[in-house]
Amino acid sequence: MKLLLDLIIGDPQADRVVPPTGLTARLTIFVAAVMAFLAVIALALSMSAGRVADRWADELAQAATLRLPADTDSLQKALQILETTPGVASAHALTADEQEALLTPWFGTEIPLDSLPIPQLIEVIADDPPYDPAGLQARFDAEIPGAVFDDHGDWRDPLLAAAARVRLIGWLVILLIAACVAAMITLAAQASLAANVQVIRVLRLVGARDVYIARAFVRRFTLRAGAGAIAGVVMGVIVVQILPDGGGFFAEIGFSGVGWMWPVLIPLLAAGVAFFATRAAAMTRLKEQT
Amino acid sequence: MIELDNVSYGHGGTALFSQLSLTLAPGSFQFLTGPSGAGKTTLLRLCYADLQAQRGKVRLFGQDAHTLDRDAVAMSRRRIGVVHQDCQFLDHLSVAENIALPLIVADRVSEASENLKELLTWVGLSKQSGQCPPELSGGERQRAALARAVIMSPDVIIADEPTGNVDWEMSQRLLALLVELNRMGKTVLIATHDLAMIRSLKSDVDARILRLKDEQLTSAGAVL
Repeated sequence: MKLLLDLIIGDPQADRVVPPTGLTARLTIFVAAVMAFLAVIALALSMSAGRVADRWADELAQAATLRLPADTDSLQKALQILETTPGVASAHALTADEQEALLTPWFGTEIPLDSLPIPQLIEVIADDPPYDPAGLQARFDAEIPGAVFDDHGDWRDPLLAAAARVRLIGWLVILLIAACVAAMITLAAQASLAANVQVIRVLRLVGARDVYIARAFVRRFTLRAGAGAIAGVVMGVIVVQILPDGGGFFAEIGFSGVGWMWPVLIPLLAAGVAFFATRAAAMTRLKEQT
Repeated sequence: MIELDNVSYGHGGTALFSQLSLTLAPGSFQFLTGPSGAGKTTLLRLCYADLQAQRGKVRLFGQDAHTLDRDAVAMSRRRIGVVHQDCQFLDHLSVAENIALPLIVADRVSEASENLKELLTWVGLSKQSGQCPPELSGGERQRAALARAVIMSPDVIIADEPTGNVDWEMSQRLLALLVELNRMGKTVLIATHDLAMIRSLKSDVDARILRLKDEQLTSAGAVL
């Protein structure tokens, strides 16, 4: 806590012992802003993928479809089985109009669907706790041959796996961004330390300890990275908020609820990365300059 | 305070001095003389651990300089006020800030204001306190360097040609300050070419004169 307070409040006298270096300061702020902006976009995409995956998973997990062969007259029997099965909240046989609406995108409106052997579909909604899909399929196999119970697992599982991968890639991108920030800050800090060899020499001659010298550089780079990251986050959030609502996945891009915590944390993370990167660079450099 | 025991040092294959011994006893006042290039500045740098002896031992306040880590060296330097020949200022800071620098880096900034004003007046730099070092004349820089060396009230004061760029009157004032500090118990070591300056202190201080020549340190014999 004291370290954090020291960092924020600082010692104006101690800060002044290292001359300001315009170019490295501007570069540090710029790169931190760009990286924070990219991190916000990556976070928004990653979290949106997560939300979409969760919603799909929920919807698909609750609903299932029972497909009855077209040439059988077993609708009432199937509905009776479903109504008596524990874990089934409701079962709704799709009407001819509903089935037609489902097929229209593929067959158009001109084709006489009445004359085609269309299987009867029943939408099954799961209760909590849900039914046992394997047991239900086994019962239909025995009582209504040809009936296919589809719990959407074939759809859901690859979708969930893909969404999980997108989320993972999002976090990986954020880790890479953090690594880039660390690398860039290290380079900038080393350049600044190299440019201030004479300053470091004088400070040492008057009795400055390494930690004092390092602190002057660390505080400077930490605050620059934090300030740059705040600017980048603000820009990133604005861009995410004004993204055109293209529907589907694009409508989901953004932050919600506790998800807003992450953009708020980005400047702190950037400052933390800068703190440790500069400190490591400074202590290494000071050791080399002994 | 500071002891050099059979110390050898050289660079570029040339020995500056070999098996040289020197003791700066508490409260002593010593002049170091010798021709240019004899190694006076190098010897002083060994005394405040800016260089490490290639052979022999340097002890700072009873501790072997070779075994001191960087923090310990820094702490030792807070007890040694050094007037460098080239002054060694931070050019982006004001004269006042440069003089207060040892207090600033030792986190004793609160003491700076009281000591600083007095010192600035004493070395005649009150008007220049807000200027940056490049704006000062050579003499003003040396006065500022001396003020910085003494602001921490160090145990040992090491000065490398402290009066090289100042007029006679100012050099006498600066030396009077060093003599006064010596009377207060501080150890003083001054490297200088200026024999007239040494003679001028004859009646004021009990000083030893050391001569560095041909890799050896000899006593010039006379105690002023």
